[in-house]
Amino acid sequence: MVLRVRSPKILSPAIIIALATTAVSLTGCAATDPMNALQPLGEVARMEVNLFNLIFAIAVVVFVFVEGLLIYAVVRYRQRPNDGMPHQTHGHTTLEIIWTVIPAAILIALAVPTVTTIASATAIPTGPDVINVKVVGHQWWWEFDYPGLGVVTSDELHIPTGARVELDVESADVIHSFWVPQLGGKVQAIPNQHNHSWIEADQAGTYHGQCYQLCGSSHANMRFIVVAQSKADFDKWVQDQKSVPAKPTDPEALKGYQIFTTNACVGCHTIEGTPAQAKIGPNLTHIGSHLTLAGATLQNNPNDLALWLHDPPGVKPGSIMPNLHLTNDQIQALSAYLESLK
Amino acid sequence: MATAERAVYAAQPSHPGSRHYGGIWSWVFTVDHKKIGILYGVTAFVFFMMGGLEALLVRSQLAVPNNTVVTGDAYNELFTMHATTMVFLALMPMSVAFFNIVVPLQIGARDVAFPRLNAFSYWVFLCGGLLINSSFIFGGAPDAGWFGYANLTELPYNHVTHGIDFWILGLQVLGVASMAGAFNFLVTIVNMRAPGMSFMRMPLFTWMTLVTSILLMLAFPVITVALIELMFDRFVGTNFFNPTAGADPILWQHFFWLFGHPEVYILILPAMGIVSDVLPTFSRKPLFGYPVVAYSGVAIGFMAWGVWAHHMFSTGLGPVADSVFSITTMLIAVPTGIKIFNWIGTMVGGSLRFSTPMLFAIGFIAMFVIGGLSGVMLASPPADWVENDTYFVVAHIHYVLFGGTMFGLFAGIYYWFPKVTGRMLDEKFGKIHFWLTMIGMNVTFFVQHMVGLDGMPRRIYTYPSGMGWDLPNLISTIGAFILAASVLVFLYNFASSVRWGTIAGNDPWDGRTLEWTIPSPPPEYNFKKIPIVHARDPFWEQKYPSAGGGHAIPAIAGAAHDAEESGEEEHIHIPDPSIYPFFAAVGFALTMAGLLVSSAPLTAGITTGIMIAPGASLPSWLSVVGLLTMLWGIYGWAFEPVSGY
Amino acid sequence: MAQVSLPADHAAEHEQTSTGLSNRKLLMWSFLGSECLFFGTLISTYLVYRNHSLVGPLPQNVFDIPYTSVSAFVLLMSSLTMVLALAAIQHGNVRQMRVWLLATALLGTVFVSGQVYEFTGFVRDGLSLQKNLFGTTFFVLTGFHGAHVTVGVIMLFSIFLNSFRGKVTQKDSLTVELAGLYWHFVDVVWIVIFTVVYLLPY
Repeated sequence: MVLRVRSPKILSPAIIIALATTAVSLTGCAATDPMNALQPLGEVARMEVNLFNLIFAIAVVVFVFVEGLLIYAVVRYRQRPNDGMPHQTHGHTTLEIIWTVIPAAILIALAVPTVTTIASATAIPTGPDVINVKVVGHQWWWEFDYPGLGVVTSDELHIPTGARVELDVESADVIHSFWVPQLGGKVQAIPNQHNHSWIEADQAGTYHGQCYQLCGSSHANMRFIVVAQSKADFDKWVQDQKSVPAKPTDPEALKGYQIFTTNACVGCHTIEGTPAQAKIGPNLTHIGSHLTLAGATLQNNPNDLALWLHDPPGVKPGSIMPNLHLTNDQIQALSAYLESLK
Repeated sequence: MATAERAVYAAQPSHPGSRHYGGIWSWVFTVDHKKIGILYGVTAFVFFMMGGLEALLVRSQLAVPNNTVVTGDAYNELFTMHATTMVFLALMPMSVAFFNIVVPLQIGARDVAFPRLNAFSYWVFLCGGLLINSSFIFGGAPDAGWFGYANLTELPYNHVTHGIDFWILGLQVLGVASMAGAFNFLVTIVNMRAPGMSFMRMPLFTWMTLVTSILLMLAFPVITVALIELMFDRFVGTNFFNPTAGADPILWQHFFWLFGHPEVYILILPAMGIVSDVLPTFSRKPLFGYPVVAYSGVAIGFMAWGVWAHHMFSTGLGPVADSVFSITTMLIAVPTGIKIFNWIGTMVGGSLRFSTPMLFAIGFIAMFVIGGLSGVMLASPPADWVENDTYFVVAHIHYVLFGGTMFGLFAGIYYWFPKVTGRMLDEKFGKIHFWLTMIGMNVTFFVQHMVGLDGMPRRIYTYPSGMGWDLPNLISTIGAFILAASVLVFLYNFASSVRWGTIAGNDPWDGRTLEWTIPSPPPEYNFKKIPIVHARDPFWEQKYPSAGGGHAIPAIAGAAHDAEESGEEEHIHIPDPSIYPFFAAVGFALTMAGLLVSSAPLTAGITTGIMIAPGASLPSWLSVVGLLTMLWGIYGWAFEPVSGY
Repeated sequence: MAQVSLPADHAAEHEQTSTGLSNRKLLMWSFLGSECLFFGTLISTYLVYRNHSLVGPLPQNVFDIPYTSVSAFVLLMSSLTMVLALAAIQHGNVRQMRVWLLATALLGTVFVSGQVYEFTGFVRDGLSLQKNLFGTTFFVLTGFHGAHVTVGVIMLFSIFLNSFRGKVTQKDSLTVELAGLYWHFVDVVWIVIFTVVYLLPY
């Protein structure tokens, strides 16, 4: 069997495509991308990515083999001028058996680590060292409650590094999906159902998460961050979160306090130590200490806060917080008050 | 089209008492499978372009971060309609176009088992497509995804527009069309094969049509019930999927995917059938391992029912369910892989001609391997937890549905266009079309694997910069426009070839199966004499009896017509066109559409209906009109004089 | 010169099929196969939501098993009369067929009327479509079944009436057979519903 040197015209464009596609795709995954799932930085993510890598490696081998066979067939058997009638082969039983059994064997082999990894990943940690967090998905923000620690916050999940964090995930309205790509733990937030998941962060840092299940107009804006910090820092954070802020003394912030407590705000939000005790919107008791705002879509700075207060539905389409038509003065005062709630 | 029509009418003797319509009415009231197939094909392609336009808008919005081409709500409508249109109004009907045109020819029949039911299916499909798309002008298209997960689709969370109501009713209408077609093809293939054509002598495309028809008729009732339940929730106030009443929104997911997974096999099997017919023709060799390819299709049909929850690995099914469905999903990769090896085996040892149909068939294999492998990567729950609901899945779907189904359908179009129109599509433009499509497809979708693994979620109308998603999205958008260009090339080729293409003759490809034995375009009665089949690839055996390897497969089934054996002239009976299927179909669609017209409020001031006629005091007057039309249509259909010529 | 016929099969007199079965019979069987999935999904919904209602009334508060048993028996008997109708027409006895067809249709009507009476009673007891999951799943399931019975009754009456115009003869027995298939199917579905909904302990 002699392989012709001059390949058919069909091959050159195919090679160009293959090379171009590969080159272009390598742009897709920089190691520093904040939600790069293939850069696991926690136990759960790591076990998932390890299995992914195994399957991917096998897939690449199969891909090269099969596409190679295809290319071989195309090159070797293209019609040539002196071709007679090809032999009318109808099949080959042994080959059929081989290419049934081998793929089946590969898949069964993959099934084994699959099942064991499922078992490990779904073994929800329990015990005194486990941090328990209740995650509630809302349209379009994430509520995080620490029932054992008496902390209620939103869109910013603090955890100690190295600790296993058990997540009891639920929804207050429609189905959402909770996931931090670099830490793992993807699970749907379903109304009236408690789904359990867990995460762990090896190093301190800020990790990005998002809602992964279409949940309405601002599904794209339902982001959150996970802040992993040392045990000492985490304990301090818990203490700060549990503290009740005093009434502000700064005149601008006081003005903001008054605006807040005498307007629609109290209908939706809780700020401990004030008459605002509603649970429809996020708990704002320590909003000043947050790194981000509005479902982690804005930075927590006066500019972005003003942007939000000016027109929430403008920032987040469909936002349940309406445009309250606040004046710039009101926004300035509120901003001062809210930023003071560290 | 005009050429085909002329040829068809040239063959008709007129009989006293037979019905005959001219011009456009001959298309409206036709019951001829070839005409109905053309109707399906053209309509499906128009919807394909609409779906493509929706995709271009989606990709334009995502080309750069924080883009403002469309609003978030409009974006949600666009991707919902893109998927709904592509699945139900483009890919499925295009496959049905081929079922219609090709299957009776391949089995040596004069038409399908129930020609009027066939016409009915088409008109119901058209009305359903129009109904769903009319949502754009009546307040807004559906916006909860093509899979419409509860409880996002329930009234408390979706009452600003009636898009979901259009979606529910439109899909139910389309379901009736699909099922009517499925019954028709099932009976046709089982019962109307030419004498001597046992199941194991049928062309593979016919085989896959049979399996697809069975899947259709069993899968659609499931989604019909789910849609009925959602409809009751929205229109009447029941609580099938309302968690506040104790119901489980996950039930919707189970029902949807119980339908949805067989549905994706409904989408791919016909294309696999086309590829299985095209490859042998252009390799000049029989399909390698024909029985295995046929049975693997059947196996896929069975196994399709046991994998649905692999779409639900993130819903908290539990480790046992996760493991079971993972294993069943991996196993279904086996029959699929077998087909690929058999296709390659067909080419090995052959004499390959790279005409456009063959290019698309080979492209199908190349692309489907990628899609299939990403599918295996999704089959393992821990890996799925990394990939699910990200662009990785988007990449997977498009490799199997575009690189798979669409490539297969294009192969079919280039392959059977000569048979339908009597002319060849231009080869040069065909090759340009093919390469533009290959390039466009890979540029658009390959990067999506990467950006998905980089964490980009699905169904987001925008994304911030700094995630590393900017460049891949831009590349993907460029690819989408390359694909748009490829479609334009195809349209040009199609339009010019219909008028000025080279005359094709009976057998332009040196084909193997019965459809190539008759003129192009075929006479209305298809076969002057119903052929007697002695082997698989009957035409090839006829042309090249000494090619060797001709298995004389004993015919187990197949009623012998004494008329043929004795060489008598056959009485050819062709059914007359009928007006009733059209009116029954339109009546049915209006009945359903009428449910949307109501001035009656539901609860708490939320109206279920839209006021097309403000102040209309009779609710659903449209439904009454529709119902009467439909009943008249059915009555007329049932008691129509049996006539023909 | 109209003839009665269900969807087009013009060559019925000399129809030759690959399996020997008539096209229409194959169609009916396929249709019934798909209907299995249809009712299966509705029944699954009922089963999934059994004992999930947040408020009453519950099955034990409204069901009258003896009553429903009688109506189930009525429907069962209608299958018997259907068989007799088919046997009659297969032997060419149009008059006998008419008698048994009418009996079948009437029994079916009694069944549906019985359901109407039963359901209005339930509604009076406070069970509505919207009240709780039991009401929702029960009424939708049995409602669709009742609608199928009604369609069957209409079909039977049509054949009955057509027989007076001489359109139903021995060679048209297939039409009656197909109606019979449909009727028996609807009866079997009721047996399943009756067992699952009324008889399973709750």
